[in-house]
Amino acid sequence: MIHQYQLNGYNIVIDVCSGSVHAVDEVAYDVIADFEQKTKDEILASLGEKYAAVDGITPAEIAECYDQVQQLKEEGLLFAPDTFAPMAGELKQKTAGVVKALCLHVAHTCNLNCSYCFASQGKYHGDRAVMSFEVGKRALDFLIENSGTRHNLEVDFFGGEPLMNFDVVKKLVAYARSIEAEHGKNFRFTLTTNGVLIDQDVIDFCNAEMSNVVLSLDGRKEVHDRYRVDYAGNGSWERIVPKFQQLVEARGGKNYYMRGTFTHQNPDFLADIQQMLDLGFTELSMEPVVCAPNDPAELTAEDRRIVMEQYEKLASLMLKREKEGKPFTFYHYMIDLTDGPCIYKRISGCGSGTEYMAVTPWGDLYPCHQFVGDEKYRLGDVWTGVTNKAAQREFGECNVYARPECADCWAKLYCSGGCAANAYHATGSVKGVYQAGCDPFRKRMECAIMLAVARSDEE
Amino acid sequence: MKHIKTLKTRKLCAGKGGCGECQTSCQSACKTSCGVANQKCEAKK
Repeated sequence: MIHQYQLNGYNIVIDVCSGSVHAVDEVAYDVIADFEQKTKDEILASLGEKYAAVDGITPAEIAECYDQVQQLKEEGLLFAPDTFAPMAGELKQKTAGVVKALCLHVAHTCNLNCSYCFASQGKYHGDRAVMSFEVGKRALDFLIENSGTRHNLEVDFFGGEPLMNFDVVKKLVAYARSIEAEHGKNFRFTLTTNGVLIDQDVIDFCNAEMSNVVLSLDGRKEVHDRYRVDYAGNGSWERIVPKFQQLVEARGGKNYYMRGTFTHQNPDFLADIQQMLDLGFTELSMEPVVCAPNDPAELTAEDRRIVMEQYEKLASLMLKREKEGKPFTFYHYMIDLTDGPCIYKRISGCGSGTEYMAVTPWGDLYPCHQFVGDEKYRLGDVWTGVTNKAAQREFGECNVYARPECADCWAKLYCSGGCAANAYHATGSVKGVYQAGCDPFRKRMECAIMLAVARSDEE
Repeated sequence: MKHIKTLKTRKLCAGKGGCGECQTSCQSACKTSCGVANQKCEAKK
């Protein structure tokens, strides 16, 4: 299977099953388009006619191009067959029972009252609560006990607003550091925060201990303050931006992301990216809102059209700024073509419910943060482990080949079938497909690969 | 004349990989829309 597209002046061909990416001229683009449908003679005849009036493109040149395409096919770099289906469940079977990442919901409460919050203002449709040190400690022990031979263990402090339980966060990190060496593990911590409680103590701690910090900012002040308000209805932008700037400046190059959400109110999210850049932030992520149908934040069909344009303009802006010596990162355009995920990872997806779980303040286990509060998907708890084997089995069976809708999609080995939670909320099944996310995902991959092609041009 | 420039990519093939050391996909930033494309391989080389 191939995918070919034109973007930013480049003709690009992706060979899905070999993972190859080719930048081609117009003749090769045309040859490849017809290669599997027509004979060599038919292709040479039709392209000979098409390019008859074009200087330098002779029939001999077209024939030479055809041979180059044929050569790539023989090398397995074009039209590679899909031989991966039999491996579909292999990785998850091989790693069944291994847990390597936990999302610790240290605070089911929040000091902001954002109406678009998928976690219902941090409460996850339940009671307000904070995690005790004892529950968190047991969660870390559970992770170590179930991590098998995994060396890198990931723990995300999440909420609600995790800084509302900062003392416990600090104690848990100290506990993890005290036991990681004896168990041969390396904890990597992430903290996701709305910024309201950031102070020098938080900054020093994050920079010492957090591999990554995710900072919630929606971009322009008027956009951010529409949703991200306190319980008195006051916007939070003015309060948090200086704190974020202070934290990032002190971070000294360690990982962070400014993470924004775009909604019906700002499908033109490139202006929000620009605002983040103007504020001095360079590691950026903007996500489409996840909300119930007919929510005022929901993106309309017209919004989605705008979003697709914005993704292309964003890619152009990145190239422009790179040439100006002012590069920035966009999370979804990070793609490592030479050292990216292996085929097993590409098939099996995110690992929610199997190697990744969320832990509530009470120590209950859920397949991921987006399932918390849905009793049907409560997997067990950190004391007894996973007891709801039927629910876990659903996640164990999740892979891109388990979704018939993905069979003919060129992006399937970049997406791996997508988010189980989005699929569940859209279709009622974790093995469904969140169709509204598909076109934006494909566009992001087209842009990411175009950027890789453009950068290879500069080398 | 060369009509095709092939970028250096990791060849996808069975039998190589599957160590599970890489990051879980949506842990690092997005939290709402996962893919695997931007993950980095963390297999010990």
